[in-house]
Amino acid sequence: MTATMTETKAKPAGRAMAGQQMTGAEMVIQALKDNDVQHVFGYPGGAVLPIYDEIFQQEDVQHILVRHEQGAGHAAEGYARSTGKVGVMLVTSGPGATNAVTALQDALMDSIPLVCITGQVPTTLIGSDAFQECDTVGITRPCTKHNWLVRDVNELSRVMHEAFRIAKSGRPGPVVVDIPKDVQFSTGTYHAPSPVIEQKSYQPRVKGDLAKIKAAVELLASAKRPMIYSGGGVVNSGPEACHLLREFVKLSDFPITSTLMGLGAYPASGKNWMGMLGMHGTYEANMAMHDCDVMLCIGARFDDRITGRLDAFAPHSKKIHIDIDPSSINKNVRVDIPILGDVEHVLEDMVRLWRAQSQKNDAEAMKGWWSQIAKWRGRNSLAYAENRDVIMPQYAVQRLYELTRDRDTYITTEVGQHQMWAAQFYGFEEPNRWMTSGGLGTMGYGLPAALGVQIAHPESLVIDIAGDASVLMTMQEMSCAVQYEAPIKIFILNNQYMGMVRQWQQLLHGNRLSHSYTEALPDFVKLAEAYGGVGIRCEKPGELDDKIEEMIDVKRPVIFDCRVANLANCFPMIPSGKAHNEMLLPDEATDEAVANAIDAKGRSLV
Amino acid sequence: MNAQHQPTGSAYFIEKETETRETHTLSVLVDNEPGVLARVIGLFSGRGYNIESLTVSETEHEEHLSRITIVTRGTPHVLEQIKSQLERIVPVHNVRDLTVRARELGHDKPLERELCLLKVRGKGEHRMEALRLADAFRAQVIDANIEHFIFEITGRVSKIEQFIATMKPLGLIEVCRTGVAAMNRGIDS
Repeated sequence: MTATMTETKAKPAGRAMAGQQMTGAEMVIQALKDNDVQHVFGYPGGAVLPIYDEIFQQEDVQHILVRHEQGAGHAAEGYARSTGKVGVMLVTSGPGATNAVTALQDALMDSIPLVCITGQVPTTLIGSDAFQECDTVGITRPCTKHNWLVRDVNELSRVMHEAFRIAKSGRPGPVVVDIPKDVQFSTGTYHAPSPVIEQKSYQPRVKGDLAKIKAAVELLASAKRPMIYSGGGVVNSGPEACHLLREFVKLSDFPITSTLMGLGAYPASGKNWMGMLGMHGTYEANMAMHDCDVMLCIGARFDDRITGRLDAFAPHSKKIHIDIDPSSINKNVRVDIPILGDVEHVLEDMVRLWRAQSQKNDAEAMKGWWSQIAKWRGRNSLAYAENRDVIMPQYAVQRLYELTRDRDTYITTEVGQHQMWAAQFYGFEEPNRWMTSGGLGTMGYGLPAALGVQIAHPESLVIDIAGDASVLMTMQEMSCAVQYEAPIKIFILNNQYMGMVRQWQQLLHGNRLSHSYTEALPDFVKLAEAYGGVGIRCEKPGELDDKIEEMIDVKRPVIFDCRVANLANCFPMIPSGKAHNEMLLPDEATDEAVANAIDAKGRSLV
Repeated sequence: MNAQHQPTGSAYFIEKETETRETHTLSVLVDNEPGVLARVIGLFSGRGYNIESLTVSETEHEEHLSRITIVTRGTPHVLEQIKSQLERIVPVHNVRDLTVRARELGHDKPLERELCLLKVRGKGEHRMEALRLADAFRAQVIDANIEHFIFEITGRVSKIEQFIATMKPLGLIEVCRTGVAAMNRGIDS
């Protein structure tokens, strides 16, 4: 999806004739059609009424009415991430645009292609503090890849097509097209998407430097303790990139770990899979990262949650980094072989060269490496104390996985402990099946994202693994799910706490649980019913399977209130400021160990 | 870095800077469209980079291209990041680090010139001294009456700094500087 767009294909003829006269509002709809858009998530308002009027008069583009603009953004993100297409949202000026900001920044940090169309007050009123005016391009400049204020209707079609190209090419991201109301009304010339790119700047490079790829292959073949660290960039690059990644792992027999965003690119059931790495990653993944001698980073960005203490990050390794974004290379971690390019293209060359040169891994060294890894795996770092009386949150995710793994399932999450448990205990076999807010960490992402996924895949099982605190941030989108008969399943691991906030307060702030306990929560079953959905409550481990089955069988939106152990914490964990080989493991995480994991110095930091 | 010096308690790290900071001059060619300067400046403020001097003007009228010359200061690592981040901005065509290029060409730094206007108020001996010194610095008088001069001076930043310092005790009341325009020596663009 990403990089191939530099060779934009000409659209089939007959959709829009060259140089056709139409209004700005008509152009918006025509441009959506010409860019293969089937669904738009949005909310009307004064400054976009002409566009809504056009939406009303056609049937090719379906509009999904959300309940808050942030919901439109996350729904479009879920839609984009699960399909590989560009997500589209449509909001009004002023508050419509400002409400979209969280979703835009979320999409920017997780590289999700998003086109956000905002209405604006008429050009003559811009700058006059008009009703529902805000400086949309000013506000959204740092949270988009690019944005435009379209002052001339004759520029509109070009900008719309360029918006789609920029959103999905290179490192994907969100863009904003701000259209004043008078431009929507006025008539001008519409141009269909051009097969040649008119833009002279912004031409992301997709093919990697062959000499560097050769050097990388040779370095990999000589590795004694290799490690593949893959990220969301592999998923963004597309299904072929994931296929090639699997191919390369098979050829080389190297161990592979992944970031939160990259889960599913390599199957969780694959024999070389080490589990996720980073702050709440597995012991084996983090230990292997620390001790590796050659690291192959593919489409990941050495985020602080991944690296732990930077000066102790994989200290003895040579590093190869494949990324389409030059600013990601050498940003946090210096690498030895940077390869600028699209993952699919680079991996294609890599696999081809590995084969052509009949490269073999160092079999003797690999044997030793794998046996070391087996020892780490034997540590069973995801273990937790089982309980017959209360549902352990880990157990709930495990059961959910077992009962849904053979179905056509998509998982979204909110942000917090439940998100980490979902990443640890739900096995992803395919890319684009896992939608989560990684970079920005947006509580409230999961419910609207699930809605977006369900709109794109009406027949699939879409589950938001949620926390009781996060889910309330965008709960209103239940109403949207009911309206569109989108049978999303909101599986709440309800512990009545902001669990991750509490966990950090226990680690850092002397167990003073300042405002991390929600003293009043709604009755989630009744809440579901109030919205016109179905509510299910589960309180005992023994009834969990039956109730999950019941949830799956309901063909309507469900809120599943899964009452879990209130004080369970998320382990293993790299305590803040520690290195990969200094993990706090679940069986070592006594109250005392937790309280002393971090010393006083660190409390001055975030 | 020694582990004991590393603050714990956070996933964010405050690394002691070990690299020395350098001053570099960047030349950025951009589409001259509304907001492009805000994008560039916003990048610098948003990511905490320094701007020591900034000059911008449309340089190719037919193609609507502007050249932004930025003097910035940072470690080599940060300077490399600045360049990559600038290149990511959609209307940016190319970014050249003139200081790096100058070194490749065997020079200390690129050719850099700045224009400065100075208003000096004074009478009698001070006034004569100001005029004499201006002549020594090859500054021109572009406006004058019996109580003031406005000087125009062009040159390297250091020369202008020196001239300003010299004029200060002689009744300097206003300074206006353009910022640095820069280019490398030789036939290559």
